[in-house]
Amino acid sequence: MNLKLKALTKSLWVFHLAASPCNNCDIEILDALTPRFDLERFGIQLVGSVRHADAILVTGSMNRKSSERLKRVIGQAAKPCFVIAVGNCSCSTEMFGKSYNETKPLDSVVPVDAYIVGCPPKPEAMIQAVAALVEAKLAAARKQV
Amino acid sequence: MNVAVMNTLQAVGFLAIGFIVAAVVGMFAHWFDRKLTARIQWRVGPPFFQPVWDFLKLLTKEVIVPEGASRFVFLAAPLLGLAAVTVVTAILIRTIIFPAQSFVGDLIVVMYLLTVPSQAVILGAFASANPLASLGGSREMKLVLAYELPFILAIIVVLIKAGGAIRIGEIIQYQAASRPVVASVSGALAFLISLLVMQAKLAKGPFDAPEAETEIMGGAYIEYSGVALGVFKLTQWMMLFTMPLFLIVVFLGGINWAGSWLNVGYAALEYLGILVVMVLIRNTNPRVRIDQAMKFFWAMVAPFGVVAIILAFLGLRFRGL
Repeated sequence: MNLKLKALTKSLWVFHLAASPCNNCDIEILDALTPRFDLERFGIQLVGSVRHADAILVTGSMNRKSSERLKRVIGQAAKPCFVIAVGNCSCSTEMFGKSYNETKPLDSVVPVDAYIVGCPPKPEAMIQAVAALVEAKLAAARKQV
Repeated sequence: MNVAVMNTLQAVGFLAIGFIVAAVVGMFAHWFDRKLTARIQWRVGPPFFQPVWDFLKLLTKEVIVPEGASRFVFLAAPLLGLAAVTVVTAILIRTIIFPAQSFVGDLIVVMYLLTVPSQAVILGAFASANPLASLGGSREMKLVLAYELPFILAIIVVLIKAGGAIRIGEIIQYQAASRPVVASVSGALAFLISLLVMQAKLAKGPFDAPEAETEIMGGAYIEYSGVALGVFKLTQWMMLFTMPLFLIVVFLGGINWAGSWLNVGYAALEYLGILVVMVLIRNTNPRVRIDQAMKFFWAMVAPFGVVAIILAFLGLRFRGL
């Protein structure tokens, strides 16, 4: 068993990175952390500093200004760290695709580990996506051994 | 084998025991805190081994030293705090096992060393070249200034009760011979004061302004990652064991293990009770601003400390005060 990866997946600390979103996905992320869904059951905690992050939840579409800052913030995270695109905007730019400020999807800026579609995605979808990401990473580690 | 080697071996042994006991019980206390908080908020809460996984994960993560930070101080600060809390735990455990062998003035040494983890946080915060971290560091510094005064006043009550003893061993023996310090009006008042002080010393709500997640994003710890953050977290968890143990020793009569092994279980219950009180205070009070915290400790708690000292002096004449 890969202890390093197991420890990482057992205590995922998430950092919420809002890259010019409409605030809808952000509210849903906060909903996922409320007592009703209780992500602390899985060891998931919201942290305030990107240095503590194990998973970065990015919301919003990357535009000319925010993509530079996004790259800087993600570069400041301690590795290993997953990047998760939350919502249609960060997955595909959604309706802002033809905007004047050159919006682009998140995976054209930084490598992305998981996509959560929806406008906004439900908290259940986010929990499922994180669980699927953990499963996929563990399976990949098992295959390597 | 000569005496010096034996003494060194004994010291290393007690340090190892202190570290392991404080780390294991501290991790349990951290889980207990989070679980009880979760139950209060009507949730399920983290699994039992969550602190172990958190710590293991932090050990495997990358350590980043921020640009412009003082590299040596930044990396040495967590170790300073860990070393201090380990030494305090070792001294307390050794005094509980051999009350007659403690050295003169160990109470003062323990009180000094209990502030070192806070000083380590301040050092690390100022070394990390981050405005939010230095804000957290300055708040921690003000908090130390605020709670040290009532804490010392509360400990002076214990000194008066124990007939001026500044050895923890003598305090334990006095309490075993007569009764625990807390079983008097002045002692109970001093114990209440030190419970509030403990809340601030452990940076738990409502006195968690130095690491306020929602306003200064982890404050003093904002730039820490990986092992360095893990060591800081471990120090915090170990303080969850050491600080209540210190209060049990000086106020509740220590652990009279030689009398009967049931007393160890009784001390464990006392420890759990202190933890429950701490978690309940933290969950039912919103965070206070740092100036409110200072005002609270200096203008409201410290006068009660003076009253407790006066009552303790009266108690030398009138039994029960």
